Amino acid sequence: MSLINYSSREINCKIVYYGPGLGGKTTNIQYVYDKLAPDTKGKLVTLATEMDRTLFFDFLPLELGEVKGFKTRFHLYTVPGQVYYNASRKLILRGVDGVVFVGDSQDSRFEANIESLYNLHENLTEYDLELEKLPFVVQWNKRDVPGAVPVAELNEELNPEGYDHFEAVATVGTGVFDTLKCVAKKVLRELQST
Amino acid sequence: MVRAEWAIFEDEYWAINNELDQLLGSSRAQNILLIDRTGQLIAHGGGEVGFDITSFASLCAADFEANYQLAKLIGESDFNTLFHQGARESMYLGKIAHGVVLVVLFDKQTTLGVVRLRVKQSVEKLNVIIDSLFEKLEYRHEEYDTFDDSFTEQAEAEIDNLFVD
Repeated sequence: MSLINYSSREINCKIVYYGPGLGGKTTNIQYVYDKLAPDTKGKLVTLATEMDRTLFFDFLPLELGEVKGFKTRFHLYTVPGQVYYNASRKLILRGVDGVVFVGDSQDSRFEANIESLYNLHENLTEYDLELEKLPFVVQWNKRDVPGAVPVAELNEELNPEGYDHFEAVATVGTGVFDTLKCVAKKVLRELQST
Repeated sequence: MVRAEWAIFEDEYWAINNELDQLLGSSRAQNILLIDRTGQLIAHGGGEVGFDITSFASLCAADFEANYQLAKLIGESDFNTLFHQGARESMYLGKIAHGVVLVVLFDKQTTLGVVRLRVKQSVEKLNVIIDSLFEKLEYRHEEYDTFDDSFTEQAEAEIDNLFVD
């Protein structure tokens, strides 16, 4: 739910990175944080366990600069991927403007991807939202692992709707900005006349 | 028409800021923030803060939301207010209409009792402003809808410039 302040001339949009546990959601945001200039990013907030697993969420505010007199900001959030943190996941989705699904390309995580996608649909429904109507991008992460499931197969099984998808190795940054650019543009297009 | 589900216009923005200023004076608090339920900062009253206010707003919303879920689990409909006490600084959070949250930061210059009382009075006034804002959103004028093709083009160019390895 983007917030437009016509008085202070600001637009804030919320993008959520979703996906199975240990799939690379936090790594995506960490890479963005490491690469961006200090004046375009805020503080990276991570609510994680001692084992560096996301407990509640990661949060990174980004500032686009002025566009037609409006300061445009994106707030990036990740959800905790582990199955039992669903209550937290659900509340991070509140007011979401765009979603990135970070899928894990490892064969052993195929089921986890399915479960997470199903969970995403289910949680959005609770806010009367439908994935089909939201800016949504799929990222197939960990393309560098030996025996990674071919992208064609991942798309056929998990992305039959044909949402925009990107191949990524988030640990080295491959595909990270392409994914972010794509979802950010989709979110901004939603602000425009329909 | 813009698709944003909510927006803030000039009149309400100043009405909110005036109310926050009055609350600052009457409660003797240090800082007051108004945030929406998704963690976006709507307004801020008080002096410069020594922390990242955007992250702070995001965490406050998460705090409020987590407590809302806790309330539901124990059979309460909601917790309307939350209080966090520190050795020097404390926080008082109160719910306003349409999921907006008021966050008051205060120190030893005042007391929880005073803050609670003043917030209660202020919440009523802020509710009226927020209600009228949401009413206005239903009948918004096109003069506010400035997000046309050229906006999208410029924004996309900014995205391409900014998000690079």
